[in-house]
Amino acid sequence: MNFEPKIVGFCCNWCSYRGADLAGTARMKCSPNVRIIRVMCSGRVEPTFVVKAFELGADGVLVLGCHAGDCHYSEGNYKTMRRMPLLKKMLAQMGIEEERVRLDWVSASEGDRFVSIVDDMTAKVRALGPFKNNSKEAKHG
Amino acid sequence: MAEKKVATKKDTEPKIGVYVCHCGSNIAGTVDVPQVVEFAKGLPAVAIAREYKFMCSDPGQSMIKDDIKQLGLNRVVVASCSPLLHEPTFRHAIQEAGLNPYLFEMANIREHCSWTTEDHGEATEKAKALVSAAVKRIYLHQPLEVREVPVNPNTLIVGGGIAGIQAALEIADAGHKVYLVEKDPSIGGHMIQFDKTFPTLDCSACILTPKMTSAGSHPNIELMTYSEVEEIAGFIGSFKAKIRKKAKFVDESKCNGCGVCIEKCPWKADSEFDLGLSQRKAIYTPFPQAVPNIPVIDKESCAYFLKGKCRACEKFCEREAIDFEQQDKIVEIDVGNIIITTGYDPFDPTPIIKYGYGKFPNVVTGLEFERICNSVGPTGGKIVLKDGSEPKSIAIIHCVGSRDENYHKYCSRVCCMYALKYSHLIKEKTKADVYQMYIDMRCFGKGYEEFYQRLSDEGVTFIRGKPAEVTDRAISEEEKGKLIVVGEDSLLGTVIRVPVDMVILCIALEARADAKNVAQLFSISQGADAFFIERHPKLDPVATMTDGVFIAGCCQGPKDIPDTVAQASAAAARVLALISKGKVELEATVAVIDEEKCSGCRICNLLCPYNAIDFIEEEEVSRINDALCKGCGTCVAACPSAAITHKHFTTEEIMAEIEGVLV
Repeated sequence: MNFEPKIVGFCCNWCSYRGADLAGTARMKCSPNVRIIRVMCSGRVEPTFVVKAFELGADGVLVLGCHAGDCHYSEGNYKTMRRMPLLKKMLAQMGIEEERVRLDWVSASEGDRFVSIVDDMTAKVRALGPFKNNSKEAKHG
Repeated sequence: MAEKKVATKKDTEPKIGVYVCHCGSNIAGTVDVPQVVEFAKGLPAVAIAREYKFMCSDPGQSMIKDDIKQLGLNRVVVASCSPLLHEPTFRHAIQEAGLNPYLFEMANIREHCSWTTEDHGEATEKAKALVSAAVKRIYLHQPLEVREVPVNPNTLIVGGGIAGIQAALEIADAGHKVYLVEKDPSIGGHMIQFDKTFPTLDCSACILTPKMTSAGSHPNIELMTYSEVEEIAGFIGSFKAKIRKKAKFVDESKCNGCGVCIEKCPWKADSEFDLGLSQRKAIYTPFPQAVPNIPVIDKESCAYFLKGKCRACEKFCEREAIDFEQQDKIVEIDVGNIIITTGYDPFDPTPIIKYGYGKFPNVVTGLEFERICNSVGPTGGKIVLKDGSEPKSIAIIHCVGSRDENYHKYCSRVCCMYALKYSHLIKEKTKADVYQMYIDMRCFGKGYEEFYQRLSDEGVTFIRGKPAEVTDRAISEEEKGKLIVVGEDSLLGTVIRVPVDMVILCIALEARADAKNVAQLFSISQGADAFFIERHPKLDPVATMTDGVFIAGCCQGPKDIPDTVAQASAAAARVLALISKGKVELEATVAVIDEEKCSGCRICNLLCPYNAIDFIEEEEVSRINDALCKGCGTCVAACPSAAITHKHFTTEEIMAEIEGVLV
């Protein structure tokens, strides 16, 4: 059977979650691999959530927030914007491929953008193959 | 004793009910609902799992309520549509059955699953994952206290066009205070620039000026013209707004609007109101019926400000109302609700070079033609060419900037109708031949189709096809000295050349150039076309994502006057409902600091966009003011001691949800 990655998606309540809703309302089709968890703001996404997702078996993590300047809470997304590169640096040191974690921006009216990000991310993670750091093979060798 | 303890444990132990909605065939058409139900039954703490055609319907809600009562459920998961649509519906339902509304969770298996997934097997698997996440998460949910805050009965309305005026009058007539802020020196907006209104041909000024006067003299309306909102703080029920009243250099309390200053002023500038087709003085009111009838001095064209000399207006003002020392003033007001009615910008057709706007003087925009038609406009209402002669033929080009991939994809909704109106006005005032060059005639409103039929009988020529260009390169004797509209008549399938004296471009309505700033100021969103987004396109067309901030009129999207007035009244009704209720419930999902764990590092203090976190010096801990906290959770994610809890979005709850989606 072909490998289908499991990707955890964090969406902020105001822009990206609504963008994802719009993709559905407009009946756009996208890869079913990203499963969305709603947070109020992308600024709520703790680096440990990302690490935890990998620990629990995710093959990728997608964090979506409002575009710069459009944050419902003024500047929550700026915090995410600063936090994520630091996290990615750390993940790289742990041997986690860069493409497995993606931070991007989707507004409430960008259903099409949501779909293209999800499809693109899914394709990239699918190409990388399963995330093996937790698997027995990785531990043993 | 022991028995009692067991009983308590039984009461508090989560007992979850899972309800999977078919949503007709919207979900059940793709997702195997019975399979999801069976899956849910096997999840920990799930006491019952059921399915139903429409969970949001009355029988669906009753099913949940009955189960709560009969089975003693203390947590409810509904797997259906987006929580943004029906979370309030189900929270209300479980509340009616005696449960705290926060003991509810929704799994979005419609928008995020059945509607976006083609493969039935994949959709079913995804739905299971989402249900599992909701069940894992709700296990940790705690009842939360809903916070109630009073609603300040004052309302701020931003934008003094017909939408703002209508909303202001509705609220003021109901006995409540309104601050109507307008950036120009007079209220009236675009509507007061129009000559007649379609399809009734009412004179625009005749129907609007009485409303403007009422707004200007209403005891409950405080007009703040030549003013702009600079800052907004607070939340629904109690906003604080800072408004900059730009210096008019005229003391409003002294001026009686006699107009001597305007008469005596020797300096001129292009009139904004007449779109540069006429001139106004350096001290001016935009038009004679301005409300308030108080002139302002334009610093850019006033000789005193430019050269330090003149002050003619001051010399002739008997009431000594001219004040060259006047400064901008910042006024702070408290309001409970805000209505945004900032309107639109007319599309500038200059970039469409092929139509020759700006190159040929007799190519004019629709709005310019409104002024040309108007009896107090630059030509005194005579339809004339730039050289003063009467045109013998006029072409009206539709969809300039609208329905055009290069500019705006949307239809501006009003152009077909105003184009028809122009035909009538031209026929009424001149003997000119009129050519309507359209893509489709869209006459959708009440009385609109009838108006179109009527115009067809008035001898107007309708040519279907979007013209390719307007040129002055004549190829025949007949075309010499004319503007030639070249295009295809798509009904005849032939290329046509129509020589005319004047071309009117039916320009699009577009979002205002400053819409982005307004959106950021009020924390509302813009769509891809830059107009503001309503909370729900059908069921909540006047509210926005920010509670207490409403939108009406063309700032939400192009619309005609009747629709604008209806939307403005709807926004006013929403505000009045909040005022009459007197209080509003705020989300209980705020952040709290466990002071035992707080190390006093103050990282959170600086992160909070609302300054809701204070450092208590004596105790060396930080504390969150829950009236100011809006529950974004940014501080929670940053706290190095994990001392902050985001209620309803706790770290444990989100971790459980991660585990859930990864089944």
